[in-house]
Amino acid sequence: MNLHIDDHNEGQSSILKLSGEIDAYTAPRLKEHLLNLIEDNQEVQVDMQQVNYMDSTGLGVFISALKTSKEANKTFKLVNLQENVYRLFNITGLNEVIDIENTVRGGM
Amino acid sequence: MEQTKKVVSVYRELLQEYLRSKDEKVLYQAEQFSRQSIQDGVKPEEIIDAHYQTMSEIIPDMDPRLKDSFKFLIETMIYYGVAYGMFNDIKEQQYSLRNEIDVAANMQNTLLKTEIPASEVLDIGAISVPARQMSGDYYHFVQDTEDNIGVAVADVSGKGIPAAFVMSMIKYAMESYPDNRIYPEMILELLNRVVERNVEPGMFVSMFYGLYEVEQHKFYFATAGHEPGFIYRHRSKTFEEIRGKGLLLGVQKDSDYKRFELDIEPNDIIFLLTDGVTECKVSGRFIEQEEVLDVLYNYVHEPPEKLVENVYKHLERLQDFHLRDDFTLVAIQRKDN
Repeated sequence: MNLHIDDHNEGQSSILKLSGEIDAYTAPRLKEHLLNLIEDNQEVQVDMQQVNYMDSTGLGVFISALKTSKEANKTFKLVNLQENVYRLFNITGLNEVIDIENTVRGGM
Repeated sequence: MEQTKKVVSVYRELLQEYLRSKDEKVLYQAEQFSRQSIQDGVKPEEIIDAHYQTMSEIIPDMDPRLKDSFKFLIETMIYYGVAYGMFNDIKEQQYSLRNEIDVAANMQNTLLKTEIPASEVLDIGAISVPARQMSGDYYHFVQDTEDNIGVAVADVSGKGIPAAFVMSMIKYAMESYPDNRIYPEMILELLNRVVERNVEPGMFVSMFYGLYEVEQHKFYFATAGHEPGFIYRHRSKTFEEIRGKGLLLGVQKDSDYKRFELDIEPNDIIFLLTDGVTECKVSGRFIEQEEVLDVLYNYVHEPPEKLVENVYKHLERLQDFHLRDDFTLVAIQRKDN
C-alpha cells in the first residue's frame, strides 16, 4: 500500500491531507513533509480521514511533530481519525498530549 | 601472473580435448573449471584471452577479422571483471558486518538476560522472539526482599540496533533502583526521565510495569502507553482486559503515571504482551482481540511455562511462520493454595 500526501492552505493554517497507510515504508516521507510544513506555518492540521492503517512508526512521526511544534510555539493538530487509528493514540496516552479533533467512527 | 599461466594451460587442454572428442564429459569439466576460476579470482577477459591464444595455435591462419574480434571482445569484458571484483569486496564486507551483528545480538542476549524468579505462590512463563536478529522487545523480572515480584514488559519503537541500545539503557536504569518494594508508577516516572533525556525525538518506549504483592495477592500496575494485558479469571473462565492509562516513555519530560490494582484469586493468570501478539496478521488481515483470547483459552490449563510456548507456536502457525514483529508473552499464574 501507499500513502498519498497533499497539502493546501486555508487562511492562517496549512492542511495536510493524508490517504493510505502509514508504516515503516511511508513514514520517512511523511515525516519530512510534515516537519517542513510545521517549520513554514504557524498552524498545521493533519486530516487523517483517509488513513486506514497506521503502525508505531507513524506514532514516531507525530511525536516528532509534537516536539518540534512545541519547541517553536506552533499549533499542530490531528483531525478526523478513523477508530482503529485513534485506538493507537488512546493506548499510548498520546491523545492526552496531542491535539486531536473529530474522530470519525468506523473504518476502511 | 603464475595463476594466469596455469589458467591458460588448463583452459587450453580442456578446449583442445573438447574439439577433438566433442565429449560431454569435457563440457562438465569446463563447468568445474569456471567454478574454480571464479574462486581463484580469474577475470572474464583472461579466459577469453586464453581462448584466443589456444585458437590461434590451432588455426594459425585465422581470419584477421576474427582475431580483431577477440581483441574487441576482451575490451568489452573488462568491466565485467571490475564489477565482479567489486562484488567480491562487498561480499567480504557483508560477511564481516554480519559477524559484527552476530556479536551484537549475542551481547544483547547476555546484557538483557533476566532470570524468571522462583516463587512459592506464583508460576511464571515468559517468551520473547525477535522478528529479526535484534529485538526491540524486552521483559524483566525482579524479586524484592519480601519476595514480591516486579515484572516489566517493554517495546522500543523501531527495531534492530538502535532499539537494542535503548533496551540496555533501560535495563541498567532499572537495575540501579533499590531492592525494596518500589511501586510501578514510580519506576515509570524514573524511567521516563532517563528515556526522555537520552533518545532522539520520535523514538519512544512503551512499558507495562507490574508488582505482584504476595501477602495480599494484589497486582499493582502502571502503564506507559503499553498494549493492555489480560487476566484470565479461573472461577468464571473469562478474560478481563488489564487496562491502565499513561503516556509512552520518552515523549514528555515530566509524565505522571497512575497506579492501578487488581485482586488475584487462586489459578488466575495474568497475561502481559507486546503488539507482536495482538497485531499478528492472519491471511492479510489483523487478528481480532477475541481470536487472540480464543488462542490463549486453548492453553490456560497448561503450566505457564508451556502455555507461552504453545501460544507462540499457535500464532506462528497462523501467520505461516512469518513473524512481522517481535513477539513477547508473559504469563503469571497464582498457584492453587
